[in-house]
Amino acid sequence: MGEIRLMKGNEALAEAMIRVGCDAYFGYPITPQSEVLEYLSEQDPMSRTGMVILQAESEVAAINMVHGAAGCGKRVITTSSSPGISLMQEGISYMAAAEIPCVIANVIRGGPGLGTIQPSQSDYFQAVKGGGHGDYKLIVLAPSTVQEMVNHVKQGFELAEKYRTPVMLLADGAIGQMMEKVELFPQIPRKKDSELPQEWATTGRGDRKLRNFITSLNIQPEKMEEINLHLQEKYRTIEANEVQYEANNLEGAEYIFTGFGMGARICNKAAELGRAKGYKIGVIRPITLYPFPVAIYNDVASKVKGIFDVEMNAGQMVEDVKLAVSGKTRVEFYGRMGGMIPSPEEILENFEKIFIK
Amino acid sequence: MTEEVIFAGFGGQGVLSMGQILAYAGMMEGKEVCWMPSYGPEMRGGTANCNVIVSDEPIVSPIISTYDTVVALNQPSLDKFESRIKPGGTLIYETSTVTNPPTRTDIKVIPISANETALELGNQKVFNMVVLGAFLAERKTISDEGLEKGLKQALPERHHKLIPLNMTAFAKGKEFVK
Amino acid sequence: MNEHIIKDENLVYKKPSTLLDVPMHYCPGCGHGTVHKVLMEVIEEMGIASETIGVAPVGCSVFAYNYMNVDMQQAPHGRACAFGTGIKRVMPDRYVFTYQGDGDLAAIGTGETIHAASRGENILTIFINNGIYGMTSGQMAPTTLPGMKSTTSPRGRDVETMGYPLVITNLLAQLPGVAYLTRHSVHKVANVRRLKKAIMKGFEYQKQGLGYCLIEVVTNCPSNMKMSALAANEFVEQHMLPYYPLGDIKTPEEK
Repeated sequence: MGEIRLMKGNEALAEAMIRVGCDAYFGYPITPQSEVLEYLSEQDPMSRTGMVILQAESEVAAINMVHGAAGCGKRVITTSSSPGISLMQEGISYMAAAEIPCVIANVIRGGPGLGTIQPSQSDYFQAVKGGGHGDYKLIVLAPSTVQEMVNHVKQGFELAEKYRTPVMLLADGAIGQMMEKVELFPQIPRKKDSELPQEWATTGRGDRKLRNFITSLNIQPEKMEEINLHLQEKYRTIEANEVQYEANNLEGAEYIFTGFGMGARICNKAAELGRAKGYKIGVIRPITLYPFPVAIYNDVASKVKGIFDVEMNAGQMVEDVKLAVSGKTRVEFYGRMGGMIPSPEEILENFEKIFIK
Repeated sequence: MTEEVIFAGFGGQGVLSMGQILAYAGMMEGKEVCWMPSYGPEMRGGTANCNVIVSDEPIVSPIISTYDTVVALNQPSLDKFESRIKPGGTLIYETSTVTNPPTRTDIKVIPISANETALELGNQKVFNMVVLGAFLAERKTISDEGLEKGLKQALPERHHKLIPLNMTAFAKGKEFVK
Repeated sequence: MNEHIIKDENLVYKKPSTLLDVPMHYCPGCGHGTVHKVLMEVIEEMGIASETIGVAPVGCSVFAYNYMNVDMQQAPHGRACAFGTGIKRVMPDRYVFTYQGDGDLAAIGTGETIHAASRGENILTIFINNGIYGMTSGQMAPTTLPGMKSTTSPRGRDVETMGYPLVITNLLAQLPGVAYLTRHSVHKVANVRRLKKAIMKGFEYQKQGLGYCLIEVVTNCPSNMKMSALAANEFVEQHMLPYYPLGDIKTPEEK
């Protein structure tokens, strides 16, 4: 057993960064994730592990500091909330193209625009469909508990480094602000300079004859297409190997409730209430939003009367659910927007309105 | 055992911290706990509230809309949350800030004057412990020892000298429940 | 060919080993090639090629990594100083430089430049000021002179509507984090020599951890100025240098 603590999601996220052996954090304050940089500043990770933290002048600068530092082969992370993540998109596209591993956490607040500081899930499309320009994907992990905020930081770096790609943690303001019991993994030492990946990272040439360089630029379309094909091949490998989801009560289920992150937890409660009333309800929660767990939805589609998708947005993941079931079953959606969180009772009531009456 | 409670009142009444102390205490007793604040501009002078769930089971949803217990420390909180108490549940309210008392008869209602008690003890800051005393006397979610352990976790080291006073306040709070 | 004359004792000029043996894409007469060479000569002579990391911008010098045999990253437009910050913070014992044009450094990247300077990041910026956007073919730059024509100021820069040239190097001088600011040119051999000394100082100050250093190089753009190389250099001398006078603007002694 690791160390048990009661922590806010944002603080747990910050503590996990230090423990995973991060070399640097660059970020800019924005509600509802400002506790990340505050916690790091309080902890002084330089004295704990030698980890650098820096409050950048903007999210634009922060993501580009991440690119520079991660381009040296170091473990680097940034966090922000929706408007800040929008500002980072150019840099994220560059990193996806140049195959720079890093982790970015979005503690979503309600949009569009300056919106609200209350929790939301309205950045699903932005995270999952490639929020910046060009054909690229991020591996997207959706934590639903404070414990997963911790676990996903570790897993995020493992995936980022395995596939040389940016990974996004897609949380929301509620997970960031709430406190739960977490088990923390023991400190992982930071990489030594001798362990930095000499085949691509800009560490200084050292003994190499030829420089390493990192760019996403290729003027020749033939060459740029080749790079695109390479990226797409990588994404197919990720789709084949890295899908994660959680499912319960699928056996004999007539209906499936589905959602991600905080939405999935409320769905689970709604399903419990529904089962108590005699409905046969199973729940599917994608943990990786990309790669999306297509197969499990497709599998259950022919066995159930319908899938009820609940999100804190206007209906984003539901499009992927519909693609996954390819018309084999009825898919309906219920959502709240702008920082409103649906209650379990509200979900069940709407399920009954749509599917039962 | 699962206890779903909301603490609601003015910002500055220690609403968020009384929830945190309860959550810490639950953790120290090996229970599953979740503390969910309302946050943002509400924290600055307006109303503030937090949900706490303490359970022997893993907590499915941190989002709840009905409560076993509502602790209302001002009139707006009472107005907002009285209707959301599960039948047979508990309502604790602070008499000094409430002019229109609750009307429901299918719940247990416990008026407290924690403000006065805290003033008698000479430290307004132990108000939250008086409230917690009343809460735990009625809803025996956590043992007194567990609560003291939770308080130690929740309080920064430099305030630990105040623990005896806090526990006195806690004991005084318990007296509101007959 | 008179191959028999290729002997060490006859050598009068040699490309530094830190420059890769590939043809450059720069236009004839462009100052970039000269600045690249001088920068790489300094890195060779100081023996720091194996411990230097450079940042290329967006602009004509976007391909700098094709020529310089030091580890390099290419930054999004304007973000070189943020890259430089990220690199230097995790690799504090490496030499870090950014190489940026006027659009990159003084328009889209003004924020990153000023804040890196203000934090006193221990990096060296080589700032190429030719008063025009080269790569996108001749649009107005933040440093375009009043009255100077470009494709987006075809009747000349009207300061009433287009604002004044931004003399950013002087602006940076007020910041306590800045150690060294100096302005040079490469339009004459003597100026090239002075630039080389300045770059050497820049890296030395970085080694001493004195703070942010920036070396501005006022230069030409024959293609977009629609001039011969010689005429473009004359334009630099007659018009650019009066607005952007050469010399030290701030030295570590004044910091």
